[in-house]
Amino acid sequence: MKIHEYQAKEILRRYGVPTPRGRVTDAAAEAGRICEELGGRCVVKAQIHAGGRGKGGGVKLAGSPQEAEERARQILGMRLVTPQTGPEGQQVRRVLVEEALEIAAELYLGITLDRALGEPVIMASRAGGMEIEEVAARDPGAIVRQPFDPHLGLLPFQARAVVRRLELAGKTGRQAEKLLSALARAYLGMDASLVEINPLLITAQGEALALDAKMSFDDNALFRHPDVEEMRDLAEENPLEVEASEHHLNYIKLDGNIACMVNGAGLAMATMDIIKLHGGEPANFLDVGGSASQEAVQSAFRILISDEAVQAVLINIFGGIARTDRIARGVVAAIEELGTVEVPVVVRLEGTNVEEGRRILRQASFRFVVADDMADAARRVVAAAGGEEA
Amino acid sequence: MAIWVDDDTRLVVQGITGKEGAFHALGCRDYGTAVVAGVTPGKGGQEVEGIPVFDSVAEAREATGCNASMIFVPPPFAADAVMEAADAGVELVVCITEGIPVHDMLQVKAFLRDRPTRLVGPNCPGVISPGMAKVGIMPGHIHQRGGVGVVSRSGTLTYEAVWQLSNVGLGQSTCVGIGGDPVNGTDFIDVLSAFKDDPQTEAVVLIGEIGGTAEEEAAAWVAESFDRPVVGFIAGRTAPPGRRMGHAGAIVAGGKGTAAEKMAALAAAGILVVESPAAMGETVKRALAR
Repeated sequence: MKIHEYQAKEILRRYGVPTPRGRVTDAAAEAGRICEELGGRCVVKAQIHAGGRGKGGGVKLAGSPQEAEERARQILGMRLVTPQTGPEGQQVRRVLVEEALEIAAELYLGITLDRALGEPVIMASRAGGMEIEEVAARDPGAIVRQPFDPHLGLLPFQARAVVRRLELAGKTGRQAEKLLSALARAYLGMDASLVEINPLLITAQGEALALDAKMSFDDNALFRHPDVEEMRDLAEENPLEVEASEHHLNYIKLDGNIACMVNGAGLAMATMDIIKLHGGEPANFLDVGGSASQEAVQSAFRILISDEAVQAVLINIFGGIARTDRIARGVVAAIEELGTVEVPVVVRLEGTNVEEGRRILRQASFRFVVADDMADAARRVVAAAGGEEA
Repeated sequence: MAIWVDDDTRLVVQGITGKEGAFHALGCRDYGTAVVAGVTPGKGGQEVEGIPVFDSVAEAREATGCNASMIFVPPPFAADAVMEAADAGVELVVCITEGIPVHDMLQVKAFLRDRPTRLVGPNCPGVISPGMAKVGIMPGHIHQRGGVGVVSRSGTLTYEAVWQLSNVGLGQSTCVGIGGDPVNGTDFIDVLSAFKDDPQTEAVVLIGEIGGTAEEEAAAWVAESFDRPVVGFIAGRTAPPGRRMGHAGAIVAGGKGTAAEKMAALAAAGILVVESPAAMGETVKRALAR
């Protein structure tokens, strides 16, 4: 789960990470007042989940409260397009108004999981403001990596090693050490999957603070963090994905025109892949769960076809423990209850009692296209959606 | 001979009094696995269809000599269940539970480091040696005993592979689902090196997916140390970057963990990479015919 910058900063401050002074608001007039409190010079920052906000015009400097109000008025409500939002952009509902600080240097700090090591790892670089992936591609030697034991936490000598390699010394170095330790405590304490400070600001006075902050969390650990769960902003998520998550379905919207419904995540990915291999474009990823119950199939189907780009549907179910005849009855009942389904539906069923399952599909009043195997199903659905293969 | 589960497997089911736990405990017993005990704290002394229930794994092991565990405990308590089984000395622990927090799994990894217990999973379908024993939730009847080892990060996609193999007349030695989580107990290389020591295994199907670098590491190991045919498939070529595709571990992050990279690594190691998930069975058949 992702949260906004202002929320991440709230959490990080609790752990002792210094951030610029400021407040969030959804009203332009309030932005002006906050700017005044901050001494009359400030930065107005659009709050959306996607990164690259500055490049899209979502971060503006203001030299007076009046200017802050004007900037906030421009940004609030705009559809901000950044390299991460896609061309349709994301509507801005809040701005964070923060004091403007004099920048002496900008660095990068992040903590994520090193899957191969099975340990968290600090990633740091002198190239603040740049995406870490970009630094990694251009100059991998410029990235400082420091894994640490998740149960001992980041040890003081490890924090010192990172700071030394970032070429920070004196008061700034000591502050950066404390900040790093606080960041590691926040990562571990909050079950975060990513904490990123980009940039970490070194002010003209030598102070180190988090100018920007990004946190995302392990969905599986949210039961331990109800306060984080409350920070979820549904307006930032695709409405179909939100609806799917309410039905405990795993759905991800894609750009193609062939909807797919599959049981199991691996088979669901493989189904998208085989559609593409046969010249089609998948409209979504959807895992209805291993057992593919009638309720799950029904909610899934409703969500799939409410995507207007969809021109054909492929249902690919491997009935294992759940028998395919029972699944077939569920699929038929789901579609008949929905009433009018105007796009062709190709079904590939395999597994236990498959003959009976296919017979049920063929005899249904809805005209399913019944496929023999995965490759046949892909060919048929691509043809049905108006693609090349027949 | 097969690997890890066989006629000597004596299974304890942790979480046996739950709906899933009871259902699959009986499924394993029906397949022929010796299911000797169940564990649910506070329910010791009860029975599930003739299977005695104990309060702890240690008591179950003392009373029944169980040497393998299958876990259906809910996510918040599953890590503890794994560590309890390891502490009791159970040799093989198969954790079916999906949704265990990553930080809990880091704790489990550290706990297991100096112990002989092998953990398979979590978030996996389990392990089956056809004709001998099943420790998991896979449909037993689609399997046939034979010479193909299967190792996979997925559940139903593994059943698909097994189905294709059985349909072209190829049985399986052992099928291991290592699970879809970013931190797991057993990786591809652990399974491949066990297959290497297993005379029954003549060829291997390796099914990977996007996220992490486990497939790349497996490829390097195969190039170095494995000379039987390996057929590989990687799911998720069409997955958008930055999104978790159902499995917690299936995510392309920072341009890393793509299907294209993994397929290239497998091919470079001499693994027969299939582009189509419908071609796994026939490709193994052709490889073995050569």
